[in-house]
Amino acid sequence: MTQIIDRRLNGKNKSAVNRQKFIRRYKKHLKKAVEKAVDKRSITDIERGERVNIPAGDISEPTFGIGAGGIRDMVYPGNEEFAQGDQIPRPPGGNGGSGKGEASDSGEGEDEFAFSLSREEFMDLFFEDLELPNLIKTQLATETQFKKVRAGYTHSGSPSNISVIRSMRGAMARRIALASPLKRKLRALEEQLASLPSQQTPDSAAVITLKEEIKQLKERIRRVPYIDTFDLRYNNRIDQPIPTTQAVMFCLMDVSGSMGEFEKEIAKRFFIMLHLFLSRAYERIELVFIRHHTAAKEVDEEEFFYSRETGGTIVSSALTMLADIVQERYPTSEWNIYAAQASDGDNWGDDSPRSRNMLIEKIMPYLQYYAYIEIGEGSPIGNLWQEYEKVSTACPNFAMEKISGPAEIYPVFRKLFEKQSS
Amino acid sequence: MSANYLSQTSEWTFDLLADYDREIGRIAADFGLQTYPNQIEVISAEQMMDAYSTVGMPVGYHHWSFGKQFLSVEQKYRRGHMGLAYEIVINSNPCIAYLMEENSMTMQALVIAHASYGHNSFFRNNYLFQTWTNADSIIDYLLFAKNYIHKCEERYGADEVEALLDSCHTLSNYGVDRYKRPSKISLHNEEQSQKAREAHLQSQVNDLWRTLPSDNSKPDEEAKEALWPPEPQENILYFIEKNAPLLENWQREVIRIVRKISQYFYPQRQTQVMNEGWATFWHYTLINQLYDEGLVNDGFMMEFLQAHTNVIYQPPFNHPYYSGLNPYTLGFNIFQDLRRMCENPTAEDRDYFPDIAGSDWLKTLDFAMRNFKDESFIAQYLSPKVIRDMKLFSVLDDDAQNNREVSAIHNENGYKHIRHTLAEQYNLGSREPNLQIYNVDRRGDRSLTLRYEQHHRRPLNRESDKVLKHLSRLWGFAVRIESVDDQGNIEVTHEQRAD
Repeated sequence: MTQIIDRRLNGKNKSAVNRQKFIRRYKKHLKKAVEKAVDKRSITDIERGERVNIPAGDISEPTFGIGAGGIRDMVYPGNEEFAQGDQIPRPPGGNGGSGKGEASDSGEGEDEFAFSLSREEFMDLFFEDLELPNLIKTQLATETQFKKVRAGYTHSGSPSNISVIRSMRGAMARRIALASPLKRKLRALEEQLASLPSQQTPDSAAVITLKEEIKQLKERIRRVPYIDTFDLRYNNRIDQPIPTTQAVMFCLMDVSGSMGEFEKEIAKRFFIMLHLFLSRAYERIELVFIRHHTAAKEVDEEEFFYSRETGGTIVSSALTMLADIVQERYPTSEWNIYAAQASDGDNWGDDSPRSRNMLIEKIMPYLQYYAYIEIGEGSPIGNLWQEYEKVSTACPNFAMEKISGPAEIYPVFRKLFEKQSS
Repeated sequence: MSANYLSQTSEWTFDLLADYDREIGRIAADFGLQTYPNQIEVISAEQMMDAYSTVGMPVGYHHWSFGKQFLSVEQKYRRGHMGLAYEIVINSNPCIAYLMEENSMTMQALVIAHASYGHNSFFRNNYLFQTWTNADSIIDYLLFAKNYIHKCEERYGADEVEALLDSCHTLSNYGVDRYKRPSKISLHNEEQSQKAREAHLQSQVNDLWRTLPSDNSKPDEEAKEALWPPEPQENILYFIEKNAPLLENWQREVIRIVRKISQYFYPQRQTQVMNEGWATFWHYTLINQLYDEGLVNDGFMMEFLQAHTNVIYQPPFNHPYYSGLNPYTLGFNIFQDLRRMCENPTAEDRDYFPDIAGSDWLKTLDFAMRNFKDESFIAQYLSPKVIRDMKLFSVLDDDAQNNREVSAIHNENGYKHIRHTLAEQYNLGSREPNLQIYNVDRRGDRSLTLRYEQHHRRPLNRESDKVLKHLSRLWGFAVRIESVDDQGNIEVTHEQRAD
């Protein structure tokens, strides 16, 4: 007979494996789609997956079929005006708009296969094989944040932490342990008393001693305390340092006259990528934008990328500001600090050594990572690169790369964060 | 009066499902429908999409193409481009039907009537299903296949297995015996015989490639001429499984699995119109009977009729939504008209269908359901009235002519032509290219030659080259297709060298 079964509670992701297989197979295409998608996004707009397209031709499952051409006689529904023998001109460049099945086999204008990647899938593809350097916090500051976690039971503590169950359990165990030998003895004596010949008088010596012993035993049993301070157990909580799960990312950009729209665009994309990447490792990320020419200024995202200014270039002004902001607002105990600097390499001659010293002494000790990208083709205009190379040798968490065009952003980014083969 | 209604609102409950199933089952039995026992499973939309992507197989081996299917269904569904089907039904014993939890009580009743009694009785009684599929063991077999392929992935690597499955899938339509009757499959036999097969296969293959001529008296020339295989082979996957020289045993087994599953679905591909028409006819008839007996109210009926009308909507050929003939409509109309001819025959019916007009409709429909497939069903039963109602017409498209020509319309002159043409249209043999394995060059480069019998000068499609690549991967040597046109001229149209 009919059986009715409720299957709704069964797992619904039966196709998850197939989906993973599909994604694995078309990773190459998907990666391309992902890269393309990133170009269009704003720097903070990352909290979503992406609709991606794959050319249907690449993922088709071909089968033998009958192609266009030859003679075919087909039946259609809904005739209105045709009579037998009517001639219908063939539409140019196709074998019949109303044709079905076979006609579409001719493969004109293949659709793209479109579907959505979840955010995780999107990010996984985007940052495959990359890792964040120096995830271990540089312990410079002493004040670390703690949180209380349970850690078993102790003998001492404040009354509010008494664990009643544990205490009572201990008390019961102790009572049993202390009283049971006495009880055993008591039982033996009582049996002995009962087994005495009945003709003996109640006041005979044997009876009296037995009764006396029984009385004493009962007294001892009674004196076993119901609960003892010894039984008390307290919930134990210990301090555990909290790993810092927030990060701040400093974006430094040169906006002097030598930086054009093109360079800025490249810098922007690079910052977007870094932000995306960091947001995978940290719950919360703050962004600080510092732009500079001869003087540095903290600005919001909009102004950072789009307002125009001109002038000379003093890099150290931005670095000073960075160091100040770190001191004021971002204690290293609470924040993981990252910085990325984009520049065309131009700087006033005597400022570059100053910038170098500044980095090595005042900034790098507090930072998780500092990435410097120099945008532009050919040899650098200023001497910033040479000076920074010295920083790079001095500090392992300082990285620098050159980018000459948009196509290089992603490769350079990958290079900076590639998994260190250990 | 209202006390008789099974339900008053559109909310369904498990108790109500049981009530409706009991009543529908009772009416179906009164009409003489024979069915497998039913198993009705309530699932969520998400699960329905899962079921979709594995062509309704409740268990299936894993392959990326099912994932692709799932993604595209999911995408369309989420953006509202497509509603999910109300039901999926599986040809098994017991017959499993999935109901979606989102459906209203009316829709659940419709689906129960459609799937659990309509499709179910078709699976149980149609000769193709009787011959080709074994409802008792299919679930077990699918389970065996899933586990076997999983084991292969572990042992030989997922990539290797995936590549093999890709190749098999492209050829799965050619993994079917069209004429030979298959042996019944069951899990127990399958596991036992799988080992036996493994042992025997290799020796068999070696035999084919024995390089020393066994009989020296035969002149070399004659041996070269002889074709092998002696008869052309239509089941390409079967031929590969048994004869491809370089395959490992596990690969042969995987080919076999794809082939068996393809064979299982073969009858469904051949009886689309009949199967859907039959199920639609019965949900219509059964629910109307419920209404006549006063078990459902007017609101229920209105919702039912609307859904039913949507199911059998046939957009005309020049409509933007037109995408071929709707099998539900065509099948439903034919069965519906069969019943009419039995109950209220006209002079025309007596002329065209002297045996049917005025006969017992239950017997006539039962016979029609049992003994035909789409092609022969249409050739036998497409009546002038259905042709007129659907305004069917046929267009002859000859690429040697400048214009296409209307070859027949729904009038006295055209009925026979349309019936014949439509039947031919549903002949799988003419819908899929007729490709057969013709020869293996056993003495030379071991290349495999297929012959394509062109019908009306129709060429193979463009994907054929890609398919040939897969075939060559399975065969291990060069593969080519010779096309034979209507005049008997032979020409090599596709060729794939071995890598």
